[in-house]
Amino acid sequence: MDDAVSVRDLVVDRGRQRVLQGISCAVPRGTVTGLLGPSGSGKTTLMRAIVGVQTVGSGTVTVLGRPAGAAELRRRVGYLTQAPSVYADLTVRENARYFAVLHGRGRAEADRAVADVGLARAADQLVGTLSGGQRSRASLACALVGDPELVILDEPTVGQDPVLRADLWDRFHAMAAAGTTLLVSSHVMDEAARCDRLLLIRDGRLIADDTPDAVRATTGVDDLEEAFLRLIRASEQEADK
Amino acid sequence: MNFRILAATTGRILRQLRHDRRTVAMLVVVPTVLLTLVYFMYVDQPTVPGRPSVFDRVALIMLGFFPFIIMFLVTSIAMLRERTTGTLERLLTTPLGKIDLLFGYGIAFGLAGVLQSTLASLVAYQVFGLDTAGSQWLVVMIAGLNAVLAVALGLLCSAFARTEFQAVQFLPVVALPQLLLCGLFVPRGEMAGWLQAISDVLPLSYAVEALQEVGAHADSTGTMWRDVAIVAGATVAALVLAAATLRRRSG
Repeated sequence: MDDAVSVRDLVVDRGRQRVLQGISCAVPRGTVTGLLGPSGSGKTTLMRAIVGVQTVGSGTVTVLGRPAGAAELRRRVGYLTQAPSVYADLTVRENARYFAVLHGRGRAEADRAVADVGLARAADQLVGTLSGGQRSRASLACALVGDPELVILDEPTVGQDPVLRADLWDRFHAMAAAGTTLLVSSHVMDEAARCDRLLLIRDGRLIADDTPDAVRATTGVDDLEEAFLRLIRASEQEADK
Repeated sequence: MNFRILAATTGRILRQLRHDRRTVAMLVVVPTVLLTLVYFMYVDQPTVPGRPSVFDRVALIMLGFFPFIIMFLVTSIAMLRERTTGTLERLLTTPLGKIDLLFGYGIAFGLAGVLQSTLASLVAYQVFGLDTAGSQWLVVMIAGLNAVLAVALGLLCSAFARTEFQAVQFLPVVALPQLLLCGLFVPRGEMAGWLQAISDVLPLSYAVEALQEVGAHADSTGTMWRDVAIVAGATVAALVLAAATLRRRSG
């Protein structure tokens, strides 16, 4: 069992729209796996299915050896939603401490989680008074405070300045080196190069599931954005046949 | 249920309230201001010898009604905010149990309701000379219970509201029929049979009856305790129903 997450033939409908059209993929343990694709491609829906909050049509999602959404997984999986979901009328520290208790941790862990996302100086500020980027880092601190085995991060670096973004990616790799598995979504292709593995989805279908180097080798281009374009065109041509 | 998580959730909700000073001020001041209005409305009304004054009769019921209506509104909005800001979905991905969350709200806002009715009853008794045969603390207990009932109903109703506009409109739907039919305007025994039947299934009717028992008898009566038990039962039923409406998975 080397995969933290394995998804098989996953189909999800939202309303009358089919959002995921039979996706199969895996997230190996101890890696940073990037989930890339344009806005509306189904990234968030796939992440919600892995966390176990999405009603699925058919297919299976196995997380750390258990069916997604199993009660036991709630203490082993950390989830960062795309829109920062923290309490605007509490301070950063109060938010982190609350989520720390939910995960059976204490004040020291909460303060460390706040410092780790670079908010030590804003710890006593109300979240409602923070900038968008700070608010999303406060939300990230609450997702990481329980030191989960699997971390699902929906666009964690949006709106962060370049230095902070680099810091966050360093931290993700440090966590992976320590054994944590991370699935990180992004619609910015330049972040793809920072991942150990890539999942590219478009219109609810998986187009690539490989390492960045292998994607470059298959397509014969160095630039990942260009490589993805070629993969998308190739998959469209196949669909037309 | 996990007591550490329940305590942390209760503390978190009270902390949110504390950061919102204007809301705290309004929670404290509004019932007292309304009681002042009630006092001056009835101060010159003639009293029938041997019967409680109109102010005593109305103010006693209002001490139970104000925390009910205010806590219902505060809870509906607070829970809707949990839903719309995504914190509810996030909480449900953590080890927190649904009951921990709902009881957390019940305890936190229940405490706020008890504080509110303690202050309002202090003013009613000390400043406006409210006179009841029974103890002031029984009145505060019933008013506090009313606050918890309102929290439970608010949690339940917020499940059926998608927007703030909808949530606010549950107030006239849920609270006003209970006020109209509770026996304040027309004694319940004098209503048409079908109105009585509706009144009989509305929990506030029992809270009002319990308050009237305190108003009329020096010692707590069996009817009062039965009514208190019914209101407490309705509160637990609403909380359990509210838990059933919380889904960890959604479309």
